[in-house]
Amino acid sequence: MKHTHNHQGNCRDLLGQLSDYVDGVLQDELCMELERHISECKNCQIVVDTMKKTIYLYHSTSSNGEIPAGVRSRLFSSLNLEEFLKPE
Amino acid sequence: MDVGELSLEALKTGDRAEFARMVDAYSNQVYRVALKILGDEQDAEDVLQDTFLKALQSLSAFEGRSSISTWLYRIAVNEALMLLRRQKPEIQVVPDEQADEDDFTLVQFVDWCCLPESELLSTEAQVYLEQAVRDLPEKLRLVFILRDMEGLSIHETSEALGLSETAVKTRLLRARLKLREQLSTYYGERLGKEKV
Ligand SMILES: [Zn+2]
Repeated sequence: MKHTHNHQGNCRDLLGQLSDYVDGVLQDELCMELERHISECKNCQIVVDTMKKTIYLYHSTSSNGEIPAGVRSRLFSSLNLEEFLKPE
Repeated sequence: MDVGELSLEALKTGDRAEFARMVDAYSNQVYRVALKILGDEQDAEDVLQDTFLKALQSLSAFEGRSSISTWLYRIAVNEALMLLRRQKPEIQVVPDEQADEDDFTLVQFVDWCCLPESELLSTEAQVYLEQAVRDLPEKLRLVFILRDMEGLSIHETSEALGLSETAVKTRLLRARLKLREQLSTYYGERLGKEKV
């Protein structure tokens, strides 16, 4: 499963642009160049796809949950804000 | 939560009701980020309280150049790091292993994107995801947590961490590359077990 990724000098150069590319902020010119490359380079295509998926997985499992009620009421107490502690 | 209506002026003059509204508006994000950095609920709760105490003390000096949200992230990260330093003082002397160096080599070229969501987000996988972030060098971890997990922009992340945007981008790329390698190792093994 392991092999080095230097069959084309291009692959290495593109590494630095990966973040901008997956964030959609890579300059048009560079973006086209990168897309041309990955259309011909299986490994780079995989790196792009799995990086996107990695970010997606972390984003989707990052909870937006509320803090536990006990934590909230202790927070209000520690700030002497009990009088404002109404249930949400 | 409607945070657009918070009045910085009222906060600065010590309006306690307004401060309570600020606490309610931002306590979730502060607690969440502390929990991600520290991985322990009691520690996260301590940091939550310390963050708003610190905020209360330094409101008068807050000029509103960044958003209240970013300002609180910054305080929370600092409080969390101070707690880590107290718990493990030795970390301070051990520099992060070449977090900024540019010698990254890709090794994993397994395409695991096709794994079903049930496999990608199984309970076991989620434990692995959390551990992989915890294993990142601290410099990379903080950037990744704020940018990719909390969803801050590059600019907001740079303000929250007191870093240049270039440094944020460099660290973010390294964090993403490292995690991608880790996840490829993990999911690659699962892929082998899948019957196609
Ligand atoms: Zn390539």
